[in-house]
Amino acid sequence: MYEPKIIAFFCNWCTYTAADLAGVSRMQYAPNVRIVRVMCSGRVDPELVIKAFDLGADGVLIGGCHPGDCHYQNGNHKTLRRYLLLKKLLPQVGIEPERLRLEWISASEGEKVRRVCNEFTEELKKMGPLKKEVKNA
Amino acid sequence: MPDKPWVAFYWCASCGGCEEAVVDIGEKILEVVQAVNIGFWPVAMDFKREDVEKKPEGFFVASFINGGVRTSEQEDMVKLLRRKSKLIFAFGSCSHLGGIPGLANLYSRNEILNYVYKESPSTDNSQNIFPLTSFEDNGYALHLPEFYDRVYSLDQVIPVDYYIPGCAPPPDIVTGALEALIEGNLPEKGSVLSPNKALCSTCPLNETKPEKLLIRQLKRPHEVQADPDKCFLTQGLLCMGPATRTGCGERCIKAGMPCRGCFGPLDNVLDQGLSMLSALASILDFSPEELSKLEETLEACPDPAGTLYRFSLPASIVKEKRRK
Ligand code: SF4
Ligand code: SF4
Ligand code: FES
Repeated sequence: MYEPKIIAFFCNWCTYTAADLAGVSRMQYAPNVRIVRVMCSGRVDPELVIKAFDLGADGVLIGGCHPGDCHYQNGNHKTLRRYLLLKKLLPQVGIEPERLRLEWISASEGEKVRRVCNEFTEELKKMGPLKKEVKNA
Repeated sequence: MPDKPWVAFYWCASCGGCEEAVVDIGEKILEVVQAVNIGFWPVAMDFKREDVEKKPEGFFVASFINGGVRTSEQEDMVKLLRRKSKLIFAFGSCSHLGGIPGLANLYSRNEILNYVYKESPSTDNSQNIFPLTSFEDNGYALHLPEFYDRVYSLDQVIPVDYYIPGCAPPPDIVTGALEALIEGNLPEKGSVLSPNKALCSTCPLNETKPEKLLIRQLKRPHEVQADPDKCFLTQGLLCMGPATRTGCGERCIKAGMPCRGCFGPLDNVLDQGLSMLSALASILDFSPEELSKLEETLEACPDPAGTLYRFSLPASIVKEKRRK
């Protein structure tokens, strides 16, 4: 079956810590996810998301603190709004919106990291590779 | 006048407005023709491809090329001009970024040909006649350029030295570029010849923008009578000012319309559309609890790709709609 590549942007204070917890607790989860640590999910510029797809990611996962828990107060509120706008844009440019996923995962939710990574990997396996661009000039 | 330098003008996938923009510099054009010879300008004077072919390499001090590249003929011509020119100026939004014709990248080549030659309501093509690149009849061979899969900005096809932004470039930007060329004080190669600042920073309506801009609604320009004296974004009208470089003289703003982004992104911004998307997300004043209200509000932006990338799709990271 197709092995998708997933780029995950995890915020330092919650989701990355949770991924760390999943690691030290020796939880097994799909190896398809490459994690990039960012200070806040609000730092995930839409350019980073599209660039990831452009460079060959089949899925992009953004993980941040639960609403109300962001260490920069409302960085994740902006993340959510960007995510909604991106979800509207993606199908217009031939990228299935399901390839972008946003999850709130707190520092103690190592188990949720495992579940989300596994679920997302499974979904992307079923979807197969991202459609390519045409190149001819 | 043998010692005057030679320049060329050419158009590719564009509307013709950029040719107008050259003439729009008014009497300044007289100073230009005093300083340079025009060796190729098919729209205005009688020139053929051979006139360029005959010239030695680097013959033209500069070629000004407007329009994106969509056909094999355009590709061939710009490559020829590149060889024959010391400097290439991408003239206008289409050449700089792909422009409005670049929005065709949201459709495939076949979708476009089918619609234009078959499905559009005013077309009657029961014989299914579609353009071919070569056709023979009665011993005569006819050739048409190939229509490529997508539109390319000029620098995706040949190296470009300078960019003259705008749809169409305003006279002072065009004159400035020509003067810099003639006087030999062009900036660093690769420069866009307009200030590297956001339109908002020079917009006369900027002072009406609150310190912390937050909006609760989005409106479409045809739905409202906009207040021409108040920042359009503040009024909920999607103005591309925050993500667009300045230099146009705020033409649209002064005409009572929000900016549509024709001057393109600032230096080091990879993607003008996404930069505006990000700015918009920051000012939409909805908390996570108000998700459904936000979704409802976003319905006023039914075509984000066409709005955010009105002039820049081919040159963006997105480039086109993926389909294979
Ligand atoms: S958003 Fe538009 S109207 Fe408002 S200050 Fe910027 S350019 Fe001017
Ligand atoms: S206001 Fe915007 S769209 Fe209008 S000319 Fe200036 S840059 Fe172009
Ligand atoms: S710090 Fe975690 S989302 Fe902002």
